[in-house]
Amino acid sequence: MSTGTAAARAGTVCAVRGLVKTYPATRGRRGAPGTPEVRATDGISLDVQRGEIFGLLGPNGAGKSTLVRQLTGLMRPDAGSVDVLGHDLVRHPERAARLIAYLGQESTALDELTVSLAVETTGRLRGLPLREARAERDAVLDELGLDEIAGRPLKKLSGGQRRLACFATALVGERPVLVLDEPTTGMDPVARRAVWAAVDRRRAERGATVLLVTHNVIEAETVLDRVAVIERGRVIACDTPAGLKARVADEVRVELVWRDRAPVEVPEVAALRAEAQEAGRRWTLRLSPERARAAVATVTGGPAFAALDDFTLATPSLEDVYLALGGRTEGLVKA
Amino acid sequence: MSAIPLESSVEAAAGRAPASGATGRPGASHAAPLAPRARLLPALAAVYRAQLSRARVARIPLLFVATFQSVGIMILMRGVVDGGSEARSVVAGSSVLVVAFVALNLLAQYFGRLRADGGLDHYATLPVPPASVVLGTAAAYASFTVPGTFVTAVFGCVLFGLPMAHLWLLAAVIPLAGAALSGLGAALGLLAPRQELATLFGQLGMSAALLLGVLPASRMPEPIAYARDLLPSTYGVEAFARGFDAHPDWALIGLDLGVCAAVGVVSLAVAAWAYRRAAVR
Repeated sequence: MSTGTAAARAGTVCAVRGLVKTYPATRGRRGAPGTPEVRATDGISLDVQRGEIFGLLGPNGAGKSTLVRQLTGLMRPDAGSVDVLGHDLVRHPERAARLIAYLGQESTALDELTVSLAVETTGRLRGLPLREARAERDAVLDELGLDEIAGRPLKKLSGGQRRLACFATALVGERPVLVLDEPTTGMDPVARRAVWAAVDRRRAERGATVLLVTHNVIEAETVLDRVAVIERGRVIACDTPAGLKARVADEVRVELVWRDRAPVEVPEVAALRAEAQEAGRRWTLRLSPERARAAVATVTGGPAFAALDDFTLATPSLEDVYLALGGRTEGLVKA
Repeated sequence: MSAIPLESSVEAAAGRAPASGATGRPGASHAAPLAPRARLLPALAAVYRAQLSRARVARIPLLFVATFQSVGIMILMRGVVDGGSEARSVVAGSSVLVVAFVALNLLAQYFGRLRADGGLDHYATLPVPPASVVLGTAAAYASFTVPGTFVTAVFGCVLFGLPMAHLWLLAAVIPLAGAALSGLGAALGLLAPRQELATLFGQLGMSAALLLGVLPASRMPEPIAYARDLLPSTYGVEAFARGFDAHPDWALIGLDLGVCAAVGVVSLAVAAWAYRRAAVR
């Protein structure tokens, strides 16, 4: 982990205590059933340190976006406190915009603007005078490699390019805290690298703190300093990615892909099925190293081998941690 | 400052603080300084410019629709109305209808959509006064109506043989009726609980402006004439229609425009309040 600057200038930037937000039950209308009351955040407490890239990991609907909406002053919590750099954002939600740059999931407000004008306008609305807004616009577009598409409207861009343009708007008019809600969705590897390079630069040069919402476990493992695992509105674990993975270090993940169907007539395979998560022709098993070896021996020898298309053995990922903690992994992305 | 933009924004971030140099030093007993707010007029100008640029991408077909609609109505009314005061109100009503279509109907739809799919979050997480967003957007939508309104007015004058000497009145009618109608449109779009309702209210508002503004008032039943008096666009229509008189009564024109302006102030204030309400849920 590259938290040298974070360690040197440590201090809590964002302290969240007992945050609760309940969406009321809705009555059913004709054709649409009602929904019960939902606790989107259910007593969440967090501390984010200065210079940290802090992640909120969880599948869709876990409550991550509700949490960041409360941190950015977009939503009032029913209970709990949010302190960012010494400011009480529950009592003064309007201060959030002067401390935090927020990248939401929607770009509707910018869709019909050119990339260049979207960035410049956002800079001006963040309080920059015209000349500074333009100078920052040019610097950010150059930094992210957006010069070539600067004159095109966002709605005419591909999903990844549009996302990168929106990310650019979050960087003009610098703020000490960046809150990014799934910033790299739909981006190609080049764009992703540009995003993480820009984030790293702001952290190294100016001690910026980043709160990142993600449902991508690979991204979480590679870019985050610490991660809070969110499930059904609660933090079920909070540690470094390595620390979290150490919790399931005694397990090995075995993935089996069958040609057309699993040979369940083989007794050993039938026994494995009870522990497997099935996704079409793919089985995922989490086993102790000895049992994993035995399972591999079973499927690579004898009658089962004819039915086997592919298999992998891997050390645990954050996804395995998530599962071991009792989370639902269907919403997580590995890419 | 602009020579080193990235540094300068750090200065800007520390600008309001009493030179403590403790930007972003958390954990200390005192709070970190806040970055400055965007001020009303520069932010308004930025929103206006951004919104105006959208016309190139999205609005132009709709502006044609607004103009064709008004021109079509005048051609239809040509068969019914022979001239005189009725012709004046048809031309004035059709011209102001362009303003109603764009400023009321399209703006209600725009804000309804922005609210429904989370687009308001972008503005709500920037330190910008609500009035800047609402006024900037409303002003841009009122500006979209300028070409269509002029084309409609000139076409109507030719069609009905009306004098064009006082067409300059549109320079006052468009911004004042535009303020009243776009404030109404923005408030409807922001207050409607669902996007479809915002669209519906916008359409209804425009239909009211169409029926009550274009049809000559002298032929209306009394209750409908009262409804006509309640509609802010009516006063824009009346002011503009009076301009076709041989000797316009400037006092009455001023009074009508004054009503437009007053309604504009109130409806824009309501819209700014509605924006604040919609932005934080």
